[in-house]
Amino acid sequence: MSPRPLEREIKEKFPKVKIYEHSPKRFYLSMPKEEIRKIADFLFKEKGLRLSIMTGIDTREGIEILYHFSEDKTGTYWTVKTVVDKAEPKIDTISDITKAAAWIEREIWELLGVEFIGHKNLVPLLTAEDWPRDRFPLRRDYE
Amino acid sequence: MSKRIIPIGPYHPLQEEPEFFKLIVEGEKVVGLEINIGYNHRGHEFLSPKMTYEQIPYLVERICGICSNSHPFAFVMAVEDAAKIEIPERAKYIRTINHELERLHSHLLWLGLAGHFIGYNTVWMWSWKYREPILDLFEMITGNRNHYAMNKVGGVRWDIKEEHIPIMEKTLQELEKVVNMFTQAILDDPVILARLEGVGVLPKEEAINYGVVGPTARASGVAIDVRKDDPHAAYDKIDWDVIVFEEGDVLAKAKVRLLECFESIKIIRGCLKDMPRGEIETKIDEIPPGEGIGRTEAPRGEVFHYVRTSGGNYPIRHKIRAPSYMNVPSNEYACVGYSIADAALTLAAVDPCYCCTERLTVFVDGKLKYTYPDILQISWKRTEELKSKFNRR
Repeated sequence: MSPRPLEREIKEKFPKVKIYEHSPKRFYLSMPKEEIRKIADFLFKEKGLRLSIMTGIDTREGIEILYHFSEDKTGTYWTVKTVVDKAEPKIDTISDITKAAAWIEREIWELLGVEFIGHKNLVPLLTAEDWPRDRFPLRRDYE
Repeated sequence: MSKRIIPIGPYHPLQEEPEFFKLIVEGEKVVGLEINIGYNHRGHEFLSPKMTYEQIPYLVERICGICSNSHPFAFVMAVEDAAKIEIPERAKYIRTINHELERLHSHLLWLGLAGHFIGYNTVWMWSWKYREPILDLFEMITGNRNHYAMNKVGGVRWDIKEEHIPIMEKTLQELEKVVNMFTQAILDDPVILARLEGVGVLPKEEAINYGVVGPTARASGVAIDVRKDDPHAAYDKIDWDVIVFEEGDVLAKAKVRLLECFESIKIIRGCLKDMPRGEIETKIDEIPPGEGIGRTEAPRGEVFHYVRTSGGNYPIRHKIRAPSYMNVPSNEYACVGYSIADAALTLAAVDPCYCCTERLTVFVDGKLKYTYPDILQISWKRTEELKSKFNRR
């Protein structure tokens, strides 16, 4: 099965998406952050993709959050990219859609300071108990 | 009945690793589990963007002493994906051989630990004894027993020499016998089956929900294996099978790992046979700006590395995800409803096995009474007796 049918379906369902094909097995999708729950729901529940992990990156435009979905049938990675504003870093959680997101959302929250709205247990995962909660080690301005 | 908390950790008494499980129990029964990690957080993702592409394989190699081939392997593939670098054929085969040798030694290490966990220390000693020759192979090929420093962007550092091949084949042949013996022992022994069957079951839908990977997923009927799904290195050039079981219990996890050892041996043999001659690395000029994903199947599951490059010598961002990050949270489900003793097994993601062949030597009048085949016969007989006694298949 070629990964193409999924690409077409995503385009039909989400007209705002921009798809970039890096290689036949690596696709990158840019989405506004408001639609993240919808696409996570579509990819995980309807299409049976597995959330491999999420990445948070501090860039000039804001904090980029990447959702790496793995389509194991074809060995393809569909990475959904979205940007949250640094002045108000908030985005909806997807941890109630797939439990695979529960830990990594906690990690991005404590290391990059992005709040995941609706996460039931947003407590530190990796840093020590006495780590100051206003210092984010993976931000560019961290000294 | 009131709820109580039993802490396991922060320093695990058996696994000897820093992780903290809070078992919430009612009497003997586990009703909840809280997992605390972070005691071993060393900030690799923070350190990595301060290092060059030459240095990072050495850094990520030290994430884990057992998977010290998987992480650099996935990292160099991520950079090669970003820069669209094609590596020589021979390097692909060498990477595959290394990777499978690592899986063999890792599965045997877990087999030993598993035996230790359920109180069969014989299997611990035996399994680790039979793991040694694999480490010797690593020393022969790479110069190191651990932290092999084999992968680099564009290829591998060391070649497998012609004179290494017969030694490797001989070791594999001996290893195959050993794994065969262990496998028969576990599938035959009624005591082991009674202890492990139906313990810590992770059903398929929960395995998918938690996104578990590797043997944990394959023991729950989720047939995912990066080596088959997204073939890299030489995995698509060799004939081998993915091992899948449906039960999801501790026994199934053990079976997956044991049977995978045979597949690893098959893959290494195929590679040694088909390995072409030629270069082992491609010269790299510079890494252009972009992003790349590298992933491979470590002994415990999919290792994932994401790299964003800027065109300079350093990456902007390097995301690392080890398989246990996905597998450990699934214990929240798999432990609940079982006893505390079962939880200890499930938590350890045990890889249990026991060799029913007791080591014994009987001398009569200065002469050896039982030879090795005799002892095997005796143990098989005893297994049959136990089977009929416990009325098991």
